[in-house]
Amino acid sequence: MDLTLKIWRQENAQAKGGFKNYEVKGVSKDSSFLEMLDVLNESLVDKIESPVCFDHDCREGICGMCSLYINGRPHGPDDAVTTCQLHMRKFSDGDTITIEPWRAKPFPVIKDLVVDRSAFDEIIQAGGYTSASTGGVPDANATLISKYASDLAMDAASCIGCGACVAACKNASAMLFVSAKVSQFALLPQGKVEKERRVQKMVAKMDELGFGNCTNTYACEMECPKEISVSNIARMNREFLGAKILSGEKV
Amino acid sequence: MTKLNSKIPQGPVAEKWSNYKAHQNLVNPSNKRKIDIIVVGTGLAGGAAAASFGELGFNVKNFCIQDSPRRAHSIAAQGGINAAKNYPGDGDSIYRLFYDTIKGGDYRAREANVYRLAEVSNDIIDQCVAQGVPFAREYSGYLDNRSFGGAQVSRTFYARGQTGQQLLLGAYGALSKEINKGSVKMYNRHEMLDLVVVDGKARGIITRNIVTGQIERHSAHAVVIATGGYGNVFFLSTNAMSSNGGAAIRSWKRGAFFGNPAFVQIHPTCIPVHGDFQSKLTLMSESLRNDGRIWVPRKKEDAEAIRAGKMSPKDLKEEDRDYYLERRYPAFGNLVPRDVASRAAKERCDAGFGVGTGLAVYLDFAAAIKRLGADVIKARYGNLFQMYEKIVDENPYETPMMIYPAIHYTMGGTWVDYELQTTVPGLFAGGEANFSDHGANRLGASALMQGLSDGYFVLPYTIQNYLAAEIGTGPIPTNTPAFDEAEKAVKDRIAKLLNIKGSKSPDYFHKKLGLIMWDNVGMARTKEGLELALAEIPKLREAFYKDLRVTGSNEEFNPELEKALRIADFFDMGELMAYDALHREESCGGHFREEFQTPEGEALRNDADYMYVAAWEFKGDGQKPVLHKEELKYEAIEVKTRNYK
Amino acid sequence: MSKQRTLSSITKKVIMSLAGLFLIIFLLVHLGINLFLMPLTENHQEIFELLAGFMATNPVIKVMEVFLFGGFIIHIIYGLIVQFQNWSSRGSIAYKSGSKTKTTISSQYMIHTGVLVFLFLAMHMYQFYFMKLGLNTTPFVDAHGHPEFYNVAVDLFSTQPVYSVIYIIAFIFLGFHLNHAFQSAFQTLGWEHPKYTPCIKTVGLIYAIVVPLGFIIIPLYFMIMH
Repeated sequence: MDLTLKIWRQENAQAKGGFKNYEVKGVSKDSSFLEMLDVLNESLVDKIESPVCFDHDCREGICGMCSLYINGRPHGPDDAVTTCQLHMRKFSDGDTITIEPWRAKPFPVIKDLVVDRSAFDEIIQAGGYTSASTGGVPDANATLISKYASDLAMDAASCIGCGACVAACKNASAMLFVSAKVSQFALLPQGKVEKERRVQKMVAKMDELGFGNCTNTYACEMECPKEISVSNIARMNREFLGAKILSGEKV
Repeated sequence: MTKLNSKIPQGPVAEKWSNYKAHQNLVNPSNKRKIDIIVVGTGLAGGAAAASFGELGFNVKNFCIQDSPRRAHSIAAQGGINAAKNYPGDGDSIYRLFYDTIKGGDYRAREANVYRLAEVSNDIIDQCVAQGVPFAREYSGYLDNRSFGGAQVSRTFYARGQTGQQLLLGAYGALSKEINKGSVKMYNRHEMLDLVVVDGKARGIITRNIVTGQIERHSAHAVVIATGGYGNVFFLSTNAMSSNGGAAIRSWKRGAFFGNPAFVQIHPTCIPVHGDFQSKLTLMSESLRNDGRIWVPRKKEDAEAIRAGKMSPKDLKEEDRDYYLERRYPAFGNLVPRDVASRAAKERCDAGFGVGTGLAVYLDFAAAIKRLGADVIKARYGNLFQMYEKIVDENPYETPMMIYPAIHYTMGGTWVDYELQTTVPGLFAGGEANFSDHGANRLGASALMQGLSDGYFVLPYTIQNYLAAEIGTGPIPTNTPAFDEAEKAVKDRIAKLLNIKGSKSPDYFHKKLGLIMWDNVGMARTKEGLELALAEIPKLREAFYKDLRVTGSNEEFNPELEKALRIADFFDMGELMAYDALHREESCGGHFREEFQTPEGEALRNDADYMYVAAWEFKGDGQKPVLHKEELKYEAIEVKTRNYK
Repeated sequence: MSKQRTLSSITKKVIMSLAGLFLIIFLLVHLGINLFLMPLTENHQEIFELLAGFMATNPVIKVMEVFLFGGFIIHIIYGLIVQFQNWSSRGSIAYKSGSKTKTTISSQYMIHTGVLVFLFLAMHMYQFYFMKLGLNTTPFVDAHGHPEFYNVAVDLFSTQPVYSVIYIIAFIFLGFHLNHAFQSAFQTLGWEHPKYTPCIKTVGLIYAIVVPLGFIIIPLYFMIMH
């Protein structure tokens, strides 16, 4: 299939970016979206033009590195996939595809379609863990955890930290990402010890970094490649309120 | 003759690790903060090691090539992690896990290391649960286990089909905690381009900041490389795009011997190749073999009809199907180890029974769905089925999946002793980057175990035995001739690549190299093929340095330059693999030499001549590397022919 | 910016939703009274005036009125603060390809429907509340000079079709606003449950249709009767 690509090009964080149009020809419908971009880049190298930069790594939908805002949707038109698992059969011959980077103040553009998502790391560093040090922990079966709670925790924990939730949200809110981590630990006994501290620290960091507020449009859930549920956001709200109201600890 | 000292502690195998820990040197808490450690890589081994070093009180600098430590390719491991907990009470023990791992590795792993691995496996599960890793559980609230290839017990802990992700996020959490505390300084989007050796000791690294192109010097009292495997030398593999052999090759060129480079694992259950533009292969967890049955048509004409699209696999009657693994290996059936399953698939396809493009076999769930119901299968493998459907556009609940072997894991790696120290003092290697635990073939669910074992429970001890002598050293300056030389070498390499200004992209050469490797140093190797590879690779390298085109400059975000640098190292890696494969005149594990097989086509091992680790020493560019042998002695185990029949 | 951030994002949203839920309850009371503008019973006019008088004079209601105004002001101010923060969070460049994510129309345009409802509210306040305070005069007064709200309202709906149309449109917007607001408030407060949330959403939808419809019927009735 032949396609027209309208791609955001931006030299670096300071430069002013803009769209550039490219034609790609003979794309296999079985190839992935990133493989299609590989084909484009090979052709650009042939013409001694600078290839389009985009983030990618595992190309099997789990590392969370790939991004891309494709035709108005993070990770493109297919549901529950990352861009690397989006296949060209979801497009038609002759289509024009607009490709933009994630846009959010806390995700500044590095180059072209590559953005800096270290804000997510900072939020996790604020408290997205149990403080267990290596060694000296009890036997794994010493604490029983209901399958239901464990499954819910796993649902939340499957977040890949790609940032599609922020990209999709009209408010550039990171609530789905943050709540997924808060939920995972709130649901498990191992996480309960620090739950008040954790939720307050992570929310404070999220606010400080300039992410928007959640207005419950649920765009995040719809675009999440791992289908993380917004019920996690409700759980985080609950945890947060509980901690604010009941905990005497200053964090 | 050999310079190798594996430093295996005295005593019976079961007591070696305890003895070692009881007598090793430690660094006291007030001295730890005077010591700097560089950790390259943030996967299970690197991330866990960096976090644990930080917890102990060392100053850690941790480097990762991706934009976040959480992206390391350990994340892609699906199936599970082994441990000798024996929770199901089915007869497992530390000894049995040790035995299975040694046997699975075709008796080419170091006994003492593997025993230690099995010993700490239980601690790993405890640690991960404490970190909040949501392992699968039973309704009772206890942890669930499943079985995996190469074992007759259920010892694999798992978190759906995303075990690697969950374990990595556990380690990433621990690492984040230490970053927050200030004990670990994180360097994202940094690539190690050289090792700095001062007076014979590893004292630092040279990195390139991937965003700005800046070449930076970092010093420390010890360097740990945990940079994973070199499977991407084949271009198409299940590795992530940025997985590379750079740190290993650079360490090799600075004096670290390389162990068993030929031992590469071909994973049997990958999604088959679809076309020329394919950039990577996607693995389907080996756990699928628990319930899926592998088959090809029994008659060639049926295979041809299926390939031509004239027939659907569903139309084929039971008696016309050849469940070749169940036929050849009745005791283990579809759960034979990976190398065995891969070779069997290749054998069927080469004989003309392949489906799809001809290079694929069926993995069929019809029987399991009938027996257990689609719901149970969905609960077990739902995400894998979904992934398959997204890629192949076929519903695996209805049509059998197609799979084919692909390059997956490299058992070989930088040679390390019992302490995981390389032949360069102060340079350590952990996880897939070292060679030690899997011999010639790795069993499923053992890579996660090994990465975390090295990171959480081995390196934090053994590195202290080395660092105890460094407490008086003081900070390592970076303005020394060794750093000057290393930085200049890196800058020269970059300038050389940028100045070729030829006409072919880095990927062009990478694909060519991959093809040479797959055809000659892949699943089935011959003397002629390997010699051909050793003749072709230098030619391709020459063409690369003549006709490479790298667009852009060093001083920017430049993925083309990154690729070119990595491919330059892959040439060396490819040659090293071919040298090793050529010299090892036997078939064992992932290394299959067609000249050495039984009449039934099984691997023919030669214990009399090859029961050793091949450790290769770098002798200069364009020179043949020199072989050193570490003889393997098995005291706790009887060496047998592997038999899965 | 830093000052606005003194309350966390969740706290702000919780305050907004509590105020919003309060307003939702008030709206129901208001509707209950307004319906008596129509001849539901023989003495509907008396009932209406009685209820209106009760609302105007009862000390408990007087206290509630403070809360009510507080509720409106908090809801509006926080709504604006949150909105400005949200706009700035996107960064300096908006998506050129827009958004194709299929979120509900209600949720996408909360600030817009909110502002429109606020404009209507301002007009409404001018006409009725200011009248009650004596800041705005009307020919419809009783013997004590207090405005007769029944007649004021009936007159407006019967003789001023433009007003009635604005009124109807405002309530349609309010309906959209409420549809999202109702369930959103529960979500923000963390009152989410796999069993009960679908029920909350249904109740919210019914509320968002029935209550505005109830208000809309009144001017329609008078327009048609006229």
